Amino acid sequence: MRRRFSLTAWIWLLLAAAYFMIPLIATLLFSLKDDQTGKCCSLGAYGFVLHDPQFWTTIRVSFVLSLETIAISLVLFVPTIYWVHLKLPRLRPVIGFLALIPFVVPPIVLVVGLLNLYKGAPGWFYAKPYGFLVAAYVILAFPYMYFALDAGFRAIPLHTLTEASQSLGASWRTTLGRVILPNIRVAALGGSFLTLAIVMGEFTIASLSAFNTFPTYIQLINESKAYEAAALSLMSFGITWAAMIALLLVGRGRPGRPAQVAGAR
Amino acid sequence: MADDLRLATQTQAAGALRPDTVSGRRRLRLAWLGTLPFFAYALAFLFVPAGEVMVGAFKGAHGGATLHHVRETLHQPYLHEYWLTIKVSLITAAGGAVLGLLIAYAAIREGTPRFIRTALTTFAGVAANFAGIPLAFAFIATLGTIGVVTSFLRDHLGYDPYAHGFTLFGERGVEIVYLYFQIPLMILVIAPAIDGLRREWREASSNLGASSLQFWRYVGLPILMPSILGAFILLFGNSFSAYATAYGLTGGGLPLIPITIGYYYTGNVLSDPHLAQALAFGMFVVLAVMMLLYIPLQRRTARWMR
Repeated sequence: MRRRFSLTAWIWLLLAAAYFMIPLIATLLFSLKDDQTGKCCSLGAYGFVLHDPQFWTTIRVSFVLSLETIAISLVLFVPTIYWVHLKLPRLRPVIGFLALIPFVVPPIVLVVGLLNLYKGAPGWFYAKPYGFLVAAYVILAFPYMYFALDAGFRAIPLHTLTEASQSLGASWRTTLGRVILPNIRVAALGGSFLTLAIVMGEFTIASLSAFNTFPTYIQLINESKAYEAAALSLMSFGITWAAMIALLLVGRGRPGRPAQVAGAR
Repeated sequence: MADDLRLATQTQAAGALRPDTVSGRRRLRLAWLGTLPFFAYALAFLFVPAGEVMVGAFKGAHGGATLHHVRETLHQPYLHEYWLTIKVSLITAAGGAVLGLLIAYAAIREGTPRFIRTALTTFAGVAANFAGIPLAFAFIATLGTIGVVTSFLRDHLGYDPYAHGFTLFGERGVEIVYLYFQIPLMILVIAPAIDGLRREWREASSNLGASSLQFWRYVGLPILMPSILGAFILLFGNSFSAYATAYGLTGGGLPLIPITIGYYYTGNVLSDPHLAQALAFGMFVVLAVMMLLYIPLQRRTARWMR
């Protein structure tokens, strides 16, 4: 039974397209307005942004933060989830439940707790974004990393691979690094790109703990320069796009969609 | 004789190869050590900070336990702020759920070209993550006082929405903007459930003479309902904890609970930090109730998704 095209379906899809496209097109038009005359079209806003050293500093900070978050998340979660799947299957629901906890603890609450708790911590941790912020971002990334990795581990014959590798005399480190890791590469990359999108867009924690990252820079510009802020918003949208496209390309042709929802509200 | 020997070696070999059957208990206990770094991390950066907030909510300004702050959050203006936050979350969760369901179904149903579905889910993946300050600014550039759409309406159609009581920077405006990440989130969450509606069910019901409306009333919606409710709760929590988008949009002008907590912490208002912790405690309670509703629903959904 092949159904013909349905008018209502198309109306809904067109309305959705309008709602989702109009703000993007409007932001583009807005960003092209001239600073002096307010008329189209000038690339002045983009020029200003690209010549602002603050832009390059903050985007670099955010990028380094995401790489660091990804590295720590992988080092922490891959061996743990591997170990739990291999030796402690009864612990799996417990970790799965823990992965839901960050949803109950909003970022605004988490940052309040972290600031209170680590007020007296040494400067290299508390006063540096690469310490304090990364510690919080690993928690934010945990659910997305966990669900991606858990699905990855479930899809491979973990016990067989481990036993085969150890029968051939491999150590735990070799087994994990050269047998297991290549097999869950897609899941690990998927989780990593989601984490990248989260960290590049995270504002709440960075702003409350007074660190300058890319999103706080956008807010700073937002308060004083309208056209430049529009240009930055589009760039930020582009970064999210790039991360999601990478996520899709990596997962192409694999059964099961990777999780696609991050959380930088 | 030869058989006996083989049997004996087999038993011995099995015992030698599986030492864990002999000392199973001890090995298992050691295996727990492998998860220690993970639990230590979660404890240090999630549970203890969260616990700190909960305990802080019950602490007095000069130490000692008190219910003072928690009781204060149950009075004005905080009660109103909680209600506002819950109202915004309920409206955007309901709106996002209904619109997301309709759009997802329109894209997935037969007769719609396949590429539309791929395009929609890809875009939903981006839009669900495109939130916070940039999203707020995209809407300011669109529907703000000098936004592109506002200017167009004013200059070309002679209709000024701001002269007719509309403002992007109030409750209604925040709801319009939140839908930009709520609808895509719903599409992502509900698409697998819609895929799970088997074509055979639709055909069977139409063979038995059911109309399209009857199919949805008696088959489609009851099957989708646990997923829809689960998604609704996810969407509720999503906008309940949102801070960046509302902050970017209203600059803290709309007193949602996360905004108020942020206010107390950035030092804009001199106040007792324990009050902010009490407000955060209230957020926990609301979200924990939602999560307790979510888990059984999730379990029921899983039964249908097989």
